[in-house]
Amino acid sequence: MVKMPPTVTKAIFLLLLVNVAAARADGAGDPAAITSEGGKYLDKDGNPTFKIGPDGKVDYYSYAGFVRYSANCLACHGPDGLGSTYAPSLVDAMKRLSYGDFLATVAGGKRDVSTAQTLVMPGLAENKNVMCYIDAIYVYLRGRADDAIPRGRPSLHDDKPPAYAIAENECMG
Amino acid sequence: MRRFSTKLMLAAGVSLSAASFAGPAAAQEDLLKMQANSADWVMPTGTYDNHRYSALKQITADNVGKLQAAWTFSTGVLRGHEGAPLVIGDVMYVHAPFPNTVYALDLNHDGRILWKYEPKQDPNVIPVMCCDTVNRGVAYGDGKIILHQSDTTVVALDAKNGAVAWSAKDGDPGKGETGTSAPMIVKDKVYIGVSGGEFGVRSWLSAYSLKDGTLLWRAYSMGPDKEIMVDPEKTTQLGKPVGPDSSLKTWQGDQWKIGGGATWGWYSYDPQLNLIYYGSGNPSTWNPRQRPGDNKWSMTIWARDADTGMAKWVYQMTPHDEWDYDGINEMILADQQIGGQMRQTLVHFDRNGFGYTLDRATGELLVAAKYDPAVNWASKVDMDKSSPTYGRPMVVSQYSTDRNGEDVNTANVCPAALGTKDEQPAAYSPDTGLFYVPTNHVCMDYEPFRVSYTAGQPYVGATLSMYPPKGETNMGNFIAWDAKQGKIVWSDPEQFSVWSGALATAGGVVFYGTLEGYLKAVDAKTGKELYRFKTPSGIIGNVMTYQHGGKQYVAILSGVGGWAGIGLAAGLTDPHAGLGAVGGYAALNNYTALGGQLTVFALPN
Repeated sequence: MVKMPPTVTKAIFLLLLVNVAAARADGAGDPAAITSEGGKYLDKDGNPTFKIGPDGKVDYYSYAGFVRYSANCLACHGPDGLGSTYAPSLVDAMKRLSYGDFLATVAGGKRDVSTAQTLVMPGLAENKNVMCYIDAIYVYLRGRADDAIPRGRPSLHDDKPPAYAIAENECMG
Repeated sequence: MRRFSTKLMLAAGVSLSAASFAGPAAAQEDLLKMQANSADWVMPTGTYDNHRYSALKQITADNVGKLQAAWTFSTGVLRGHEGAPLVIGDVMYVHAPFPNTVYALDLNHDGRILWKYEPKQDPNVIPVMCCDTVNRGVAYGDGKIILHQSDTTVVALDAKNGAVAWSAKDGDPGKGETGTSAPMIVKDKVYIGVSGGEFGVRSWLSAYSLKDGTLLWRAYSMGPDKEIMVDPEKTTQLGKPVGPDSSLKTWQGDQWKIGGGATWGWYSYDPQLNLIYYGSGNPSTWNPRQRPGDNKWSMTIWARDADTGMAKWVYQMTPHDEWDYDGINEMILADQQIGGQMRQTLVHFDRNGFGYTLDRATGELLVAAKYDPAVNWASKVDMDKSSPTYGRPMVVSQYSTDRNGEDVNTANVCPAALGTKDEQPAAYSPDTGLFYVPTNHVCMDYEPFRVSYTAGQPYVGATLSMYPPKGETNMGNFIAWDAKQGKIVWSDPEQFSVWSGALATAGGVVFYGTLEGYLKAVDAKTGKELYRFKTPSGIIGNVMTYQHGGKQYVAILSGVGGWAGIGLAAGLTDPHAGLGAVGGYAALNNYTALGGQLTVFALPN
């Protein structure tokens, strides 16, 4: 198991529990950034969120999310989260998924079998290239779903926060 | 079972020659003879030389405009359909992507199903297949149909009734080792490649006994000399022996153990030279900073002895890859007049945008030229035999993702990682002496970064954005190429990448499919479009032709997907028009949807 920030581990644990009771996702809620923690912005519920400046400059998590999404998720979910011929659009999916649903799906994977198709997403809990950046990927996709982050590479972004670099090194080993 | 000693290899070679008077030789003669019969299409590549040319000429440049759909068949699978069916006598063999259904269809009754085979596979293999669950076709030999499943199981089916004759497991999907490539049968052997370059799989080519599925030898793309089946003294690159530890010396530490070099392309065979040819893919990871060295023998053209598997010569096209220019594309074997001399050539259209012409007996490099003018990552391939960089690409430093480093975005590199051409095979017409090449016309931004390796998990290490070359709107071209001179003769622009294998015919017509779903016929001499028909889904399959009941048919699988289904389903962005301005490059899903169908064409009676 990849060593993740304690908040993430806790959230996965809680959401795995919640999922049993409430199978329906309730979406991420209002994405407005209320607080920040070492360069990571949080909404009113304490979930990670994006922060876009008036000049279109994105927070570092959104930018890192674009980079890591494109390397680890794009091969199935398509560029900019738009889906492919064999995996759903995450721009759409994130309109329904809560932060916890997202973490649970990424960590545990998913299977959608019908007469027409067998869609399988692997559990990525062991994958450091994904799990060490899971909040960044979440923030990026949340921004895509809310139409706050356009297609393509964000042209301007904040510098890498020192806290981010420390957490990254700790997680990647 | 992963290591094979020289002793075992030699033993395999010896037992082959001892047994060559019996069944195996008969199988070889059969296939050599059968491939010359243009009424049939007996192997995935049409013929051993990979020409994808048919001597059939009922359909001509004059009458192809009257072509009609004769009958159609649904595979029941909605994923990317690569490859082409086989036709042997009155029976057509059609394959499908995962779950890898195989059908035998009765050509006497508009494709009535004679038998159907559907393997049971663990669906967990699906997400470890990079870029869709494609399969590039089945092979025929000695009365058997050989299927290479997604989970790397190789199974031999009785061509008459689909009964399983034998089965072998080539790899472990738990480590990211998967099967997408079409097998090739030469004499008594079945060659099987492996996919998994994006999962850090140290890849190989296996040879199985056609008779009973015994593994005879396995040659890796990187590692110790014995395991890569290279003789330091006798195996050459550009005329010189490769020397001891030619692969190990070009990797840092143990990195070769997760080195990539997948082998999922098409194979070709020269019966006179007794050599098989194929290409190895990209080194793992896509982050070049993380794997210093030339990373041999990734990105390499291999010529191996068809019996023993020993390498006769190698040529590494893209040492120390920095762009994912996977070298797996097909090797087309054609004899051509070059510099006033008849040469036994091998022609290869690499992902890196260079069209290579080599002497296939010796591996001498004769021509290396860009087959898309947009190619910019290298100025040229050094052709000066006295130069220390002879045979190497002259990398333009601005586009070197290694020089620019980790976490730096290298912009406007052409071609994109899809390559100027991917697996979609080109055709060669001995009538015109031209090669007909389906191409991608796409550039990219490439940002490498540090990644960590976990067995069975993606091991990519770079972020890419793709778009058409600056100032252009078409993302593909269908070109005619002169491999003697290294020049484009004509070029037909296509809105999307051309991801379908081409077919050349003696009727002076060349066929290919498009991602919107059109089957197109063009004049072999001029490229002028003569016919188009919109099939139910985008085409990433290869066009084939056969004759039945005295009539010529043309067949194509539709079913959009594959790598083309990733980038193009969403539409590519145009960074030059400002972020978000994608209107100029309408998404492919405005033209076509998922499908899985065979369409067979003929002239009206």
